[in-house]
Amino acid sequence: MSATVEAPAPHEPRPEAPGFRTPRRDAEALARAGAWARRAPLLPALIFVIAVTQVPFVITIVVSFVNWNSLYPNDIAFGGFDNYVAVFTDPAMRASVVTTVLLTVTVVLVSLVLGLVVALLLDRQFLGRGVVRTIMIAPFLVVPVAAALVWKHALYNPEYGLFNGALNWLFGLFGATAPQPDWITNNPLIAVEAALIWQWTPFMMLILLAGLQSRPLDVIEAARVDGASAWQLFRYMTLPHMRRYLELAALLGSIYIVQNFDAVFTITSGGLGTANLPYTIYQQFFQAHDYGAASAAGVVVVIGTIAIATFALRSVSTLLKEENR
Amino acid sequence: MRSNNRASKLTIAMSVGVAAALGLSACGGAGGGGGGGDASGGSDEVNVLMVNNPQMVDLQKLTAANFTKDTGITVNYTVLPENDVRAKFSQEFSSQAGQYDVASLSNYEVPSYAANGWLTPLDDTVAASADFDQSDILEPMTKALTGADGKLYAEPFYGESSFLMYRQDVFEAAGLTMPENPTWDEVADLAAKVDGVEPGMKGICLRGQPGWGQIFAPLTTVVNTFGGTWFDENWDAQVDSPEFTEAVDFYVKLVQDHGEAGAPQAGFTECLNNLQQGKVAMWYDATSAAGSLEADDSPVKGKIGYAAAPVKETDSSGWLYTWAWGIQKAGKNQDAAAKFVEWASSKEYEQLVADEIGWSSVPAGKRTSTYDNADYQAAAAPFYQQTEDAIVDAKVDDPGVQPRPAAGIQFVAVPEFADMATQVSQDVSAAIAGQQTVEEALTKGQSLAEKVSEKYQDQ
Amino acid sequence: MTAPTLDRPTTAAVATRPRRAPRASSARTSAGRTLGGRVRGGLLGLVAWIVGLAFFAPVAWMVLTSFHSETDAATNPPSIFAPLTLDGYANFFGANSGASPWPPLINSATASVVSTLLVLALALPAAYALSIRPVTKWSDVMFFFLSTKMLPMVAGLLPIYLIASRIGALDSVGLLIVLYTSMNLPIAVWMMRSFLSEIPVEILEAAALDGASLPSIFRRVIIPISGPGLAATALICFIFSWNELLFASVLTSTQAFTAPVFLTSFVTSQGLFLAKVCAAAVAVSFPVLVAGFAAQDKLVQGLSLGAVK
Repeated sequence: MSATVEAPAPHEPRPEAPGFRTPRRDAEALARAGAWARRAPLLPALIFVIAVTQVPFVITIVVSFVNWNSLYPNDIAFGGFDNYVAVFTDPAMRASVVTTVLLTVTVVLVSLVLGLVVALLLDRQFLGRGVVRTIMIAPFLVVPVAAALVWKHALYNPEYGLFNGALNWLFGLFGATAPQPDWITNNPLIAVEAALIWQWTPFMMLILLAGLQSRPLDVIEAARVDGASAWQLFRYMTLPHMRRYLELAALLGSIYIVQNFDAVFTITSGGLGTANLPYTIYQQFFQAHDYGAASAAGVVVVIGTIAIATFALRSVSTLLKEENR
Repeated sequence: MRSNNRASKLTIAMSVGVAAALGLSACGGAGGGGGGGDASGGSDEVNVLMVNNPQMVDLQKLTAANFTKDTGITVNYTVLPENDVRAKFSQEFSSQAGQYDVASLSNYEVPSYAANGWLTPLDDTVAASADFDQSDILEPMTKALTGADGKLYAEPFYGESSFLMYRQDVFEAAGLTMPENPTWDEVADLAAKVDGVEPGMKGICLRGQPGWGQIFAPLTTVVNTFGGTWFDENWDAQVDSPEFTEAVDFYVKLVQDHGEAGAPQAGFTECLNNLQQGKVAMWYDATSAAGSLEADDSPVKGKIGYAAAPVKETDSSGWLYTWAWGIQKAGKNQDAAAKFVEWASSKEYEQLVADEIGWSSVPAGKRTSTYDNADYQAAAAPFYQQTEDAIVDAKVDDPGVQPRPAAGIQFVAVPEFADMATQVSQDVSAAIAGQQTVEEALTKGQSLAEKVSEKYQDQ
Repeated sequence: MTAPTLDRPTTAAVATRPRRAPRASSARTSAGRTLGGRVRGGLLGLVAWIVGLAFFAPVAWMVLTSFHSETDAATNPPSIFAPLTLDGYANFFGANSGASPWPPLINSATASVVSTLLVLALALPAAYALSIRPVTKWSDVMFFFLSTKMLPMVAGLLPIYLIASRIGALDSVGLLIVLYTSMNLPIAVWMMRSFLSEIPVEILEAAALDGASLPSIFRRVIIPISGPGLAATALICFIFSWNELLFASVLTSTQAFTAPVFLTSFVTSQGLFLAKVCAAAVAVSFPVLVAGFAAQDKLVQGLSLGAVK
């Protein structure tokens, strides 16, 4: 530490040489330095994300107030809330909100339950367990658009798809004529949901399997030795432990499935009442070429999702409530 | 203090990394020579965006050994399915991004793109070339690709109309004859009679898949010949008019009674497959299907007869469609683009395809000389005359019984049509599936069409 | 019997928990299994096999169809034993169109690998700052990261297209790298934060007391312990980047297009394409399938928050 310090000129502020520090300013400075030391590792990621996502979002907001149809480049004009009015009064848009909610909730719930069942099955030892686990994650690894194409043309197609072919073969064994239903036309939303559930169950299963394998076994063994039944074990010990994992899986799944585009686009082209919000916005951009309305729809979606997420995460979920270290 | 220094060093390192990543955004991809977004400058490259129909795939294959070898111009292709390519070139051309020099546009887009000044006129380049021989191009094609200002904005690569294809052998066995110029009532009658003559064979295949270019291509021609129209000359929407309703009723009923299974999902491919696999006896669709039906590996080669598109109140009702090359005004390689267009739509290219692949794969439907060529006539004997007649008879400006406000036979060549007709088509498709009535579908369609009317009546 | 709370193991319990074998599960010791228990176990194993095969069936069908000819692929009832052919794969490698699949595959690999590395480099310190030495508003920051994924990607496409078009970044792999990084960063931060928050505090305190600097704490303590978690995050980011279609198809043209975009070029509305598309789908999914199968051990292990020592 330096011992000598030059006498300051009368109106210059006191230099912060060690000997002249005050304890309180010291503590504040240390606290601020500590706070910045904590923030520093976070900053690169935060700045990057802000730069790449918020700038486009701001532009989206700006465009949502403009009447802009790309096929009429000479008619671009400020439109006020016109686009938002159009979004809220458009029956197609309202229908797609309902469809999105329905699709997301169904897919997330069913794949969560299925994922849990499969995870429970895979949690125990049996012959070839590793193989089954490996092939179970295959659906999640196939490129989504490829998976959607396979479902639409190789499975659902009423003329030469696998489902109807299998029915044909099965009934043929008994000499009867098989029903050859048109899967997509008769149950369009369920057809899309089935394809999505197939793809996302492995994802849920992985997270839940991890949760199952992180249970402290000694406590469970103790409970079992004490005579608890399998159901009691599951209900009072496994499920509470799994709660965080279930929430994480549901949260991540919801985020991705709300945004899902490939399946709807490929399987039904948004027809027969399966148009969800991403598809409707896509249609507005690339078919109707109404950039203003599409941007307004995007902004409405963000606001709606944030509202729902805030409610879900802040009040219901435990994910953001862990105590700090 | 120490950790603060360390942390700040970490921060600096991270920031450098981020900056490097952002700086990478100037670097190109592995797709071949040339820089990415930067203008590659010289005229030794041309970027082409096209639909992935078989004729285009052949073009892609033959380019390197022929065009590139002769001219030294490298062609970079992006090939996409129809819906995707439409989305992409509409994005590209409307923003004049300059990523592509040439795109395969159809006669649906060319009029409005030309009006917006997004295309380079070809009168002085391609059309002026003696080798190219513009006068050889079939007249309806040239007409469909000429802008309102009289300049030519695109050259056809291949064209098609529509006609009726039927299993001659099955008809003979059932003692039925198909007239050369049938009416729709006759066709409905024949469909009823031939339905079930062979086990598992339905009477007719008609498209039912939603899309302005899927179900509404044949359906609009039916509407036209029944005396209906999307819009009258004053831009009043006529979707719920008695004629339009009668036409759609007829189509839906025919499909439901004697049509293919899975009709609401059936597009061109499904019907082609159905006819080839013996699941239907007739098919009304594009003339370009004949090439696949008469290909060597087709199970129905030599068994198909071809009749003109069925009519009711008009003389002809075949549609007119072409995939044509348009040059983007903001494209960076105008000369190379013109050379490419000249080569791809030339007589020499057709001969090249004939030599390398076969006459049935030639991109026909655009030149009179093709149909006069003896080799082609021999190879396409069953259907070449009907195809040429269908195209030549197509009346782009006047396809129905009343005057129209815009060009187009199976569509209305205004930008709003695609989205509007696709939405209506979803309801009509649902009507085929029995989920709603034709009335309901067309009432909804009328209100959608009226929105388009308002736009044009205001002008 | 009281139900012990198991939400998070206390640090004491964590420190004294016996090291668990990797394949630990609720397996009973053979001495304690009854015959009924064994039969039930066997049945459940069978059920697991059936479910696994049912989920795998569409993938298996896709692979099988890729080896059939077009007409065989489109028959009803399905001809499982139709003659095998490599036509679909020949087509993928350019037999019919002359288009080589290697550029899009290389582009995809570049974009996915580089963006994954970048994500890890950014997410790890960020997760550190949200768990081990958290900033005060950590839950707000977490929520903010999550909220960046709420704008439908398709809605954010236009501004990005406009900006990229202005700065000349269209049709470049670098742009895709930047976008994929920002696309995956929120999820990576969430996942990494969970892993890091399970690291026992004593170890970190011990290292800090030893006077270790932050980078060396990372190197010697955090990364080894959360290794499987890092691997799991990396795999997830790689999968999502590789499979991404929307941005790639709109923002690239002839140079930087990726494997999924190349895959869509095999779908045609004129003629049969089932075998071709299946072959292309298998080929394009192949790297992800290999990566996933190879690392799926790590994936489960890494996702087992708290099972790591």
